[in-house]
Amino acid sequence: MSAKLEERSIVVPGDLIYEGRVRTGDNTYRDRDNVYATKVGLVNYSKDRVSVIALEGGYAPLVGDMVIGTVTDLELGQWLIDIDGPTDAALTVSEATDKPFRTSLDMTQILDVGDLVVAKIVDMDRNRTPLLTILGRELGRVNEGFVIRITPSKIPRLIGKKGSMINMILKETRCNVTIGQNGRILINGRSRADEELVERVIRMVEDEAHTSGLTNRIQEYLKTIKEEKK
Amino acid sequence: MSKPRKRKSAKTWERVDGRKPDELRPMHIESGVLPNADGSAYIEMGRNKIMVGVYGPREMHPKRLSKPNLGVLRCRYHMAPFSVDPRRSPAPSRRDNEISMVMRDALEPALFLERYPRSVIDVFVEIIQADGGTRCASINAAAVALADAGIPMKDLVSACAVGKYEGRLIVDLGDYEDKKGESDMPVAYMPKFEQVTLLQMEGILSREETEECVTMAIEGCRKVYEIQKEALKKKYAAVREEAAKDAMEAPESGPETGLEETPAKEPQEPPTDEEPQEDDER
Repeated sequence: MSAKLEERSIVVPGDLIYEGRVRTGDNTYRDRDNVYATKVGLVNYSKDRVSVIALEGGYAPLVGDMVIGTVTDLELGQWLIDIDGPTDAALTVSEATDKPFRTSLDMTQILDVGDLVVAKIVDMDRNRTPLLTILGRELGRVNEGFVIRITPSKIPRLIGKKGSMINMILKETRCNVTIGQNGRILINGRSRADEELVERVIRMVEDEAHTSGLTNRIQEYLKTIKEEKK
Repeated sequence: MSKPRKRKSAKTWERVDGRKPDELRPMHIESGVLPNADGSAYIEMGRNKIMVGVYGPREMHPKRLSKPNLGVLRCRYHMAPFSVDPRRSPAPSRRDNEISMVMRDALEPALFLERYPRSVIDVFVEIIQADGGTRCASINAAAVALADAGIPMKDLVSACAVGKYEGRLIVDLGDYEDKKGESDMPVAYMPKFEQVTLLQMEGILSREETEECVTMAIEGCRKVYEIQKEALKKKYAAVREEAAKDAMEAPESGPETGLEETPAKEPQEPPTDEEPQEDDER
């Protein structure tokens, strides 16, 4: 029963990180009573579990995630949405409109191929594609703004502790920002210059995600930009 | 060059490039070299120069090749026309297809393909310069590239060849030794799980020699493994320093505080077969 490494030491797949019975968290793998890392990342020994904070990784869809996707195909009664995950996601008509489904319904009126959509994952399992919904506040087709992509593993940093980072950015720039857990971010501001500023700041967060005091530094940066404008 | 050496005594016998029998060629791996790929690695092993790009897991096209219960690992081994002298046709040859297949089989046991049903992980291997032992070097680089892509793995896969040249068993054959030698045996190995994932052999070896070869190859794989680990960690040297600093300082603004704060990243729940009903009638 022992931790094999120092807290936050860097591990590669296959590294033994714990010997003995313990709850295993993200990115770990148990073989009998040993726990191994499955990704490149930093070891995290918390009170009741052992996990690895991944430094690399694509998007793994989970129920409840807000995602931004593109409609890639229309099928009978459902749309297929590319959410940058391992598989496309499905959005059924019943999750897109309150009206009952009839064959006479023109689905393209609601969403068409190429449309950008903010959706929420309502259900999924390993053998099925994620099921989406666009019924709800702030969900549905995107009509304005533009989308940038960052590494999905950096999204939690962009949100910050209880949303500290993103709320600060929203307050300082007065833009509308929707963060998809899949790494796509929708920015909608009053002017193109505002939107570009948000993009620049988000890129800064992505590049410096691993440094400390980042929220304060970004805030300083935004304030100096504001001063210059005046 | 090699003829006079043949008659020398056991102590003074040298390989064509002056290495010891159990000495690998100088090897260097770099990870994350291709920004457009999800994961990538570049390896120099002796005069081999190989670039590997990994994409996925992603939606498979054509869809009929995907499996409903498993992810698919697709490997493509390709030698550039200028990688060897004389020029080689860029069309995939029988040998390319074979190496693509053995690479896939060597890497597959390290992956959790059951986590990605109906998806594909693509591994593209491009040989820029070949100097013998490219399949082993490709596997070494591909394992690093897969880890760099953040694809969950049980273990890294390390590969190393052992062969017989002038009646002696030697590790990591170069091009000359490969062509002139009596036998060649590439081995891929998962060092932590102590499992062999690839074992091929060409030429003639006695039973004892075969066993000796496997032992030597595994020893070589262990050395390769250290280099692979170093390559993966090197990219995050800065992250490691910062993380150490954060752990010591106030844990307010580290990268991990943000990550821990997001509750959505719980381990996946067991499959539920219920359809979401609540939104149907409103």
